[in-house]
Amino acid sequence: MIELKDISKVYKSKNGEIHAVKNVNLSISKGEIFGIIGYSGAGKSTMIRLLNGLEKPTSGTVDVNGQQVSSISGNALRNARQKISMIFQHFNLLWSRTVADNIAFPLEIAGVPKEQRDKRVKELIDLVGLSGRDNAYPSQLSGGQKQRVGIARALANNPEVLLCDEATSALDPETTDAILELLLDINKRLGLTIVLITHEMHVIRKICHRVAVMEAGQVVEQGNVLQVFQNPQADITKNFVMQVSGTKESKDSIEQILVNYPTGKIVKLTFVGNKTEQPIISQLIKQFNVEVNIVHGNISQTSGGPYGTLIVQIDGDQSKVNQALQLLQSLEIQTEVIEHA
Amino acid sequence: MLSGLFPNVRWDNMWEATYETLYMTGISTVVTFVLGLAIGIILFLTSPHQIWANKIANFITGSLVNIFRSIPFIVLIILLIPFTKFLLGTIRGMNAALPALIIGAAPFYARMVLIALREIDKGVLEAARSMGAKTSTIIWKVLIPESLPALLSGITVTAVTLVGYTAMAGIIGAGGLGNLAFIDGFQRSRDDVTLMATIIILIIVFIIQLIGDFITTKADKR
Repeated sequence: MIELKDISKVYKSKNGEIHAVKNVNLSISKGEIFGIIGYSGAGKSTMIRLLNGLEKPTSGTVDVNGQQVSSISGNALRNARQKISMIFQHFNLLWSRTVADNIAFPLEIAGVPKEQRDKRVKELIDLVGLSGRDNAYPSQLSGGQKQRVGIARALANNPEVLLCDEATSALDPETTDAILELLLDINKRLGLTIVLITHEMHVIRKICHRVAVMEAGQVVEQGNVLQVFQNPQADITKNFVMQVSGTKESKDSIEQILVNYPTGKIVKLTFVGNKTEQPIISQLIKQFNVEVNIVHGNISQTSGGPYGTLIVQIDGDQSKVNQALQLLQSLEIQTEVIEHA
Repeated sequence: MLSGLFPNVRWDNMWEATYETLYMTGISTVVTFVLGLAIGIILFLTSPHQIWANKIANFITGSLVNIFRSIPFIVLIILLIPFTKFLLGTIRGMNAALPALIIGAAPFYARMVLIALREIDKGVLEAARSMGAKTSTIIWKVLIPESLPALLSGITVTAVTLVGYTAMAGIIGAGGLGNLAFIDGFQRSRDDVTLMATIIILIIVFIIQLIGDFITTKADKR
């Protein structure tokens, strides 16, 4: 569906060249929700704008939906864009138009006759849950409602791809979840391919199937969301995973325990899938007669299944502790002994 | 009572002059709006990072605007006499004032249009481009509607300025209240005529401002 080959984007500025994107290769399949995460300045905004030709790569090719977006221009590009919609962090609605007229705008661009336009607008307003607000102006809507209008507008011409440019970054956590639910729903119902960029791991965790992590213009890691969560490789990815597993805050308590109880072992367990629901701790205590002290625990729901992190201190007879660790490893629970926080 | 306070005012002359002032202001405001809007949009679209980004076109348009904006109106009228004569065959009468009024006001308004367009959220323009909008669609459906309140308050200011310009144009024989105040009032030492003409000009300006403010507020849905 989407294929990026050897993409580089260089901006010329007074202080020399800026490499916004460096040698990126990505492949996104149809119906997938693909997330690109990175801190600001990582090049993700440029990346997403390469996908609808708002930016042109300095080198490399971008293919989206059977069109080489990086090389077409004029009418061909404008037509391609009608099938590659975009929603924005700040919604970018026309304040001069009502909700219904904002949603009708892309239909006017596509030259859809008035009668069909009105019908389609009605459907879309219902789809995004804004029934009855047809004639409201954007200034009368909340942030979440504005983004719903943005989504309805983006879906108007039945696109193949939806690009989300930090679509939830300006919303509060509750509204963020509601909008993400809506995106997930649209993805399932319409089979739409969604590409989103964000700096929040929460967003990736909640709806993405696959993720690419960007740093300084390069993709440093990519893969299945659950895999990346379970086994982050790059430092930056580990940082992002800590955002949702909450292990960042537990650092201090681990430090304290390491000082207070030098005998035991601090172990970080990562559970995936149905293992999150098994009574593993009580099994350890019964079977090996060891002390298990829970330092930190957390379960997050990802679109690929649940994902849990548990940090425990296991104390007791040295050989029993080792046996306990072996059992954990045999259960395919990822086990990591923490020597220092 | 009025005839006691304003003994020398001949009302039929006064109303005719008022009509002339309204005619000159009205026509020149409408043409200035269209011309200034077009020049302003060209200035905006040819500026860096915009759809028609073009340094040369932007420089030439910007320079022309600045030149005509810098010439004092009374000098501009005199400079344009040959042009007006070529265009209309005469330099007297209401219509003869129009070229100078328009050429004097349009660059002024074009600057205001440019300021109004710059205030439009860049994100909205990007959104329109991401939907595959043509430049003409962007102009008619994004640029103009999204800057409408500022465009309207700008044309209100310009219309008020044009009322003042018509008074000056009157001095070279275009008619109107300025002409009446000068020839009939000042040169014949009839202060009451000058005063009455001034009062009517003030009323016109107030009404223009009132209407302008009203439609500007109406157009603003922010």
